[in-house]
Amino acid sequence: MKRFKLSALVIISIMSAGLLSACNQSTADTSADNDSSAVTGKLVLAGSSTVAPLAQEIGQRFEQEHPNVRVDVQTGGSSRGISDARSGLADIGMASRALKEDERDLTAHTIALDGICVILHADNPVESLSDDQVRAIYRGQLTNWNEVGGQDAPITVVNKAEGRSTLELFLHYYGMESTEVEASVVIGDNEQGIKTVSTNPASIGYVSIGAAEFAAEDGVSIKLLPMDGVAPTTQNVRNGSFPLSRPLNLITQGDVDGLSRTFIDYAQSSEVNDLITGLYFVPTQ
Amino acid sequence: MNTTWKDRLLLSALRLSAAISGVIIVLIAGLLVYESLPALRAVGLGFLTDSSWHPAAQAEEGAFNLLPMVAGTLALTLGAMLLAGPLGLLSAIFCQTYAPLWLAGLYRRVIELMAGVPSVVYGLWGLMVLAPIILKWQAPGVSLLAGILILALMVLPTMALLSDAALAKVPLEYKRGAMALGMSRARTLWCVSVPAARSGIITGFILATGRALGETMAVLMVTGNVVQYPSSLFDPIRALTSNIALEMAYAMNDHRSALFVSGLMLTLVVSILIGLAEFITKGRTHA
Repeated sequence: MKRFKLSALVIISIMSAGLLSACNQSTADTSADNDSSAVTGKLVLAGSSTVAPLAQEIGQRFEQEHPNVRVDVQTGGSSRGISDARSGLADIGMASRALKEDERDLTAHTIALDGICVILHADNPVESLSDDQVRAIYRGQLTNWNEVGGQDAPITVVNKAEGRSTLELFLHYYGMESTEVEASVVIGDNEQGIKTVSTNPASIGYVSIGAAEFAAEDGVSIKLLPMDGVAPTTQNVRNGSFPLSRPLNLITQGDVDGLSRTFIDYAQSSEVNDLITGLYFVPTQ
Repeated sequence: MNTTWKDRLLLSALRLSAAISGVIIVLIAGLLVYESLPALRAVGLGFLTDSSWHPAAQAEEGAFNLLPMVAGTLALTLGAMLLAGPLGLLSAIFCQTYAPLWLAGLYRRVIELMAGVPSVVYGLWGLMVLAPIILKWQAPGVSLLAGILILALMVLPTMALLSDAALAKVPLEYKRGAMALGMSRARTLWCVSVPAARSGIITGFILATGRALGETMAVLMVTGNVVQYPSSLFDPIRALTSNIALEMAYAMNDHRSALFVSGLMLTLVVSILIGLAEFITKGRTHA
């Protein structure tokens, strides 16, 4: 009994010591975070929440290869990426769109492409939908498949959750507001969208082309719809012919050298292609 | 002498551990409030009165009504507990009283296994198997009903195992006394064993309710996540927890802060329910 008490005591004290030291460590970390922006070898990226996960992963691999470099990725939207790159608050900005006319003072470095396509269940006889039809379906004006040449079944509209970049791109392309969409199911990531559509023969959804292509090749019962007659393939996203796509850019003030240059070159190299396809984006080469 | 010294050390170690756990909870609550403040200031009562949930990074551009999601969370939990509560209790009674020993042991192992299955697995099963079955009945399949069934399955083990343990602890003398009075097995059970074990059974019920309220992944996958008041079991609904998980990854500024408000709202709902449970069972849980 005595021995048990003693060992329990030892365990408890070790645990508390561990907890305490963990606390200390984390405070040390944050203080380093605050004052190390002047330290060389630190790269700050800020901007688009679509590019951020990719930049984060590229950054981690970059840090592994260059142990003295720290890459700090902050999100805040494409507009923040542009303004922070311009003001110098960030070394590199991130934007999930091409530069606008009045942003030509900056330089965009495309690291990957993002495309989305409309998907249906594989058993759905509908082979294509016009932009107007897709719009009407998502607005709840077209509610049965027989109105667009399908079977008599109510359409299950699968929409993305608020804030997702896929939703943003989709709405932007079709010129809709998120308040107009009459969804029957709201989903989070691409994987959930594909699962939802593949288990419901009367559903329509949209996901990243990379994810859809991978699933369809894998035998999941979904069908990717062409857009304006262009087949939804990563190939067509890469060569720019697929309409529903956009570039993922790193933004800098003019041409840069030094650490930023090394990082951008690395992010544009084929060494990170697996990271790009892992997030269902399309590599540029 | 020696023992008192050790006792003191143990006491301080225990106090420290207790303080750490307490402080962490307070810190979490503090963080929730702190992160919620910008949205609470900008939206205020809009969380209860806005026309819908269409959040935007700038509070003025969005609509932030959380009430449909509160209703969704409550409907899910109520439905799940209506199923899991009685089922859990009955399966515990079966284990304790009617099942042969070998079957009771086997059954307990199965229930324990159920408790160990990760929630995302339940969710996946719900999405791939359960929702399509409901779909044959009524579109879109992913619905309040699917959520209730999956949640009931998930909290059943908590309810069953805790009731089982509570029933096992009822002193044998009670049952012998009841038998000596000539009571039937069923009567002994309902009038002696269950009342004597109610403290543990109620604890099981409260813990299971808490788990149902807080479950995220499985609910996110099977309920359809459309923000609306449920008008039937087949309607898709969104729970407060799924709301956070769905939108947090890409939320910015006031939208992000509004998601913390949904966490705060959930904490509030849980606190109220636990308070109610305390109130209802006051003085009766520790008979």
